[in-house]
Amino acid sequence: MLGRRRPRVLPGFGLSIGFTLFYLSLIVLVPLSAVFIKSAELSLSQFWHVVTTPRVLASYRLSFGASLLAAAINVVFGLLLAWSLVRYNFPGKRFIDALIDLPFALPTAVAGIALTAIYARNGMVGQYLEPYGIKVAYTPLGVLVALIFIGVPFVVRTVQPMLEDLDLEFEEAAASLGASRWQTIRRVMFPILAPALLTGFALAFARAVGEYGSVIFIAGNMPMVSEITPLIIITKLEQYDYVGATAVAAVMLIVSFALLLVINALQAWTSRATRSAR
Amino acid sequence: MAAVAQMSVSGGRAERFETNPAASEPLPVKWLIITISLVFFGAFLLLPLIAVFIEALRKGWQAYWAALVEPDVVASMRLTLLAAAVSVPLNLVFGITAAWAIAKHDFRGKQILVTLIDLPFSVSPVVAGLVYVLVFGAQGWLGPWLSAHEIKIVFAVPGIILATIFVTVPFIARELIPLMQAQGREEEEAALVLGATGWQTFLRVTLPNVKWGLLYGVILCNARAMGEFGAVSVVSGHIRGQTNTMPLQVEILYNEYNFAAAFAVASLLALLALVTLVIKTTIEWRTGRKARAVGAP
Repeated sequence: MLGRRRPRVLPGFGLSIGFTLFYLSLIVLVPLSAVFIKSAELSLSQFWHVVTTPRVLASYRLSFGASLLAAAINVVFGLLLAWSLVRYNFPGKRFIDALIDLPFALPTAVAGIALTAIYARNGMVGQYLEPYGIKVAYTPLGVLVALIFIGVPFVVRTVQPMLEDLDLEFEEAAASLGASRWQTIRRVMFPILAPALLTGFALAFARAVGEYGSVIFIAGNMPMVSEITPLIIITKLEQYDYVGATAVAAVMLIVSFALLLVINALQAWTSRATRSAR
Repeated sequence: MAAVAQMSVSGGRAERFETNPAASEPLPVKWLIITISLVFFGAFLLLPLIAVFIEALRKGWQAYWAALVEPDVVASMRLTLLAAAVSVPLNLVFGITAAWAIAKHDFRGKQILVTLIDLPFSVSPVVAGLVYVLVFGAQGWLGPWLSAHEIKIVFAVPGIILATIFVTVPFIARELIPLMQAQGREEEEAALVLGATGWQTFLRVTLPNVKWGLLYGVILCNARAMGEFGAVSVVSGHIRGQTNTMPLQVEILYNEYNFAAAFAVASLLALLALVTLVIKTTIEWRTGRKARAVGAP
């Protein structure tokens, strides 16, 4: 970057960069551009009309609302989980550490039907909630449960390395200056961990907004009530409303790109914070 | 240089915190935190996993086995294996090539390229499927040409494979790029100076250095390829015995209220997930690699 460019010694640059750009364009970039080109068939006011019908607006409220809430819940419990895994020894710890990535490894459809079975009225957990009038499966609450499941690893795996690398000096200095443990955690450690927590939140949120497989089984998919935005796209496609489906997809893509920028900035902040916390 | 050397297995390292009075909490607080963590873990992660197997075996082993050898299910297994067998090697070649270009050379716009490679992770799976309908569908860009030549891509096997490739593009590249960047270029440069050809350098120096990262990426890529649901669902057309992958077969059986069979197929996918996690964790322990959020945007 700073002037001193290394002379190109290693061979194969032309071939490798050429193939990389060709493959990426063919598989990802050109197909993605189709969303915007197809959307352009609509005038701006038509586009606006399609993406703001009451049913679509209700789906944004559910998708974004449930994703925000799920990400917030994951920040709290993800921090506790990461804290337990890094700071304490307890039986079964390695097993739990390995299973944290289950939501990635388990196909979303499998997670979806499993969560539905658990939270249905006669399910393992659902039967105990039923007497209290709490319905999870086939309600917006079910959407929340699925999105919590899908987001767990993002918070844990962002906070965990930061906690591991955190230099003990910070806590020792705070303790020797007379801070209580709670003061140390709140005033010293929490500010250091904040970038990682925010990054984890953003990752979990970004994943949850686009999530489809684990949600549709447990959601009930009632229009205006428990219909997520990705399902709107599918429904429009099944009605051969390609333009409508594409317009909603364009909205989701724009949100994804915006989130990507935010996440990149947060990650840069986290890695700076990690370096200064060592 | 060798960033791999830092041992940081989480197990057993907690002593340095637990024995330090300045860095540990009172016992009741400690056990409260552990208990809350375990309850959350149990309710949201462990329970769904256990539920899959309980539901799968609810009607006994015989029904379980019968569900798995049903012809449509076998066909779905074949298609899932095919999708993974095509998409993983292609993304492996892409990952190695992209990592070679990005980690071993300097050029303008490198950071943009890295971000573009990660793009599929931030796109909703449903949108990933939709884009191929827009390109190859009957009303799509290539639709008229394809139907004139009687080639079917969307609602057929090629579409399923393409959608699978799309959602798994970043996995291997994303593992290899930081690894190859951390290893620098000195070893390759030395090999070239000593008279090795470019290919020899790549095969004998670069590849052996990244073999664990490569395996790690392949395992994750394969898990996603076999488990993808949303993207594949859009381009599948759901033709029984022809365009259903295992996750789609799970959906069909489930929607027909054939729960035992749905969970039987699901249990195979859950086993695949467990095997993936075992291999992933083993590589992490062997190489001291830290677990990071997989598939993060």
